[in-house]
Amino acid sequence: MKFAYFPGCSLHSTAKEFGDSTVAVCKALGVELQEIPDWSCCGATSAHATSHELAVALPARSLGLAEKIGLDVVAPCAACYNRLKSAEAAMKDKGELAEKINSTLSDKYTGAISVRPLIDPLSTPEILERLASFTRKPLSGLKVAAYYGCLLVRPPKVLGFDDPEDPQSIDNILRAIGAEPVEWYYKNECCGASFSLTRVDMVHKMTHDVLLRAKKSGADAIACACPLCQANLDMRQEEIGKKYGTDFGLPVFYITELMALAMDLPEARQYWSKHMVDVQPALAKIGKAPVQAAAEEA
Amino acid sequence: MSQLSKEANEAVKSDIVVFGSETNPSFYTEVQEICGENALQCYQCGECTAGCPAAFAMELSPNKVMRMVQLGCEKEVLESATIWLCAGCETCATRCPKGLSVAKVMDACREIAGKKGIKSSEPGVSAFHEVFLAGVRQNGRVFEPLMIALHKVKSRNLFQDVPLGMKMFAKGKLPLVPSRIKGLEEVKKIFKKTAAK
Repeated sequence: MKFAYFPGCSLHSTAKEFGDSTVAVCKALGVELQEIPDWSCCGATSAHATSHELAVALPARSLGLAEKIGLDVVAPCAACYNRLKSAEAAMKDKGELAEKINSTLSDKYTGAISVRPLIDPLSTPEILERLASFTRKPLSGLKVAAYYGCLLVRPPKVLGFDDPEDPQSIDNILRAIGAEPVEWYYKNECCGASFSLTRVDMVHKMTHDVLLRAKKSGADAIACACPLCQANLDMRQEEIGKKYGTDFGLPVFYITELMALAMDLPEARQYWSKHMVDVQPALAKIGKAPVQAAAEEA
Repeated sequence: MSQLSKEANEAVKSDIVVFGSETNPSFYTEVQEICGENALQCYQCGECTAGCPAAFAMELSPNKVMRMVQLGCEKEVLESATIWLCAGCETCATRCPKGLSVAKVMDACREIAGKKGIKSSEPGVSAFHEVFLAGVRQNGRVFEPLMIALHKVKSRNLFQDVPLGMKMFAKGKLPLVPSRIKGLEEVKKIFKKTAAK
């Protein structure tokens, strides 16, 4: 299993731990990643908020580069995946726009390769079985709210990945590593994304609602696969708690960090040095029966 | 164009004045040319608004925007804050019984507003997009620390999030050196050919 790897800008900076854990986990599971040489930014929200053509053209450049190495693309970041996949669909239309964009590219994208979110190959039965057998320290006793947010599953017409209203891939990964995914109904609600920098008031409410539902579902932690989701849920958790008078105490992991922890990879305990919310109270529950954990808490 | 759109177009053409300003009967076609969504197909069930996580902050609900696009209320839509407050989460597109994406309509409205030089009612949001894309044009990738700082300057919000920024820096979440791609000329060409001006 080999893929062209599109890390995206965040995995090189604010979400470095997502990038590092992705590379480590894939290596351990025998999923080979070859970084797309000289990939460029997908354009994120800002491109599609200002120009439809730019929003297709920017990711199309990286798709052309991936086609050159002849491998399907995986993108761990939900936003990158969404933009790359949307560009794939627009380019496969082979209309005027595709022609116009390809005329600017030295490596054309003809639709010979496709894009998948990283959690897609990581949640196939084959890899899940391997993951379960490589799990040396099962995360038993840890209740986790699998949070998908928007861009991994919507719009379903373009992405066609998982169930847009009740996605299961992250839940299945959690089960394979011995954690207990909780039932909750905010797993695909929006956290407010890039409004974090422009309309913090909106993000406070939207992220608060997600955190509150996760807490009420009995989760000890949240697992996600999007740098912006993680940033909003983790970095803004303290100020949201103060604003609404709730102490959530919910660490927000990238799913790959939890996989690395369960497989007991050497770097696994370094990733969350970059997190804002303390992970220790949640991790202390691992390996303990719920009754014992509850007694210790009381 | 379908039979339905023709009829509806004729109906709108009849010089009606909605919300106090002149209408542009071909507004919905301009939107459709950009994003492919035919707003005339909306029958106002309200599912988009019911599920919209950002509707609480909008002065026009998503279904109202669709109705106004149908009626050609171009000025009101393009000058609204609403088009800048859509998070693009596509919940509307997932649930619309007609398979329409209001998010894509909002995108197209922002693009048209940009082309027509209409001042954004959410300057902080539009400034963010400008700063973000300027960074991509310059390096081919986003250099997050500079992007965040420039946005704070541009939106005159210099002191917001300073403690959080310092925490991020201390935790090594902010790189110090931007990464620049080799194919920068190609990215510049892409911007020249496709960016809205």
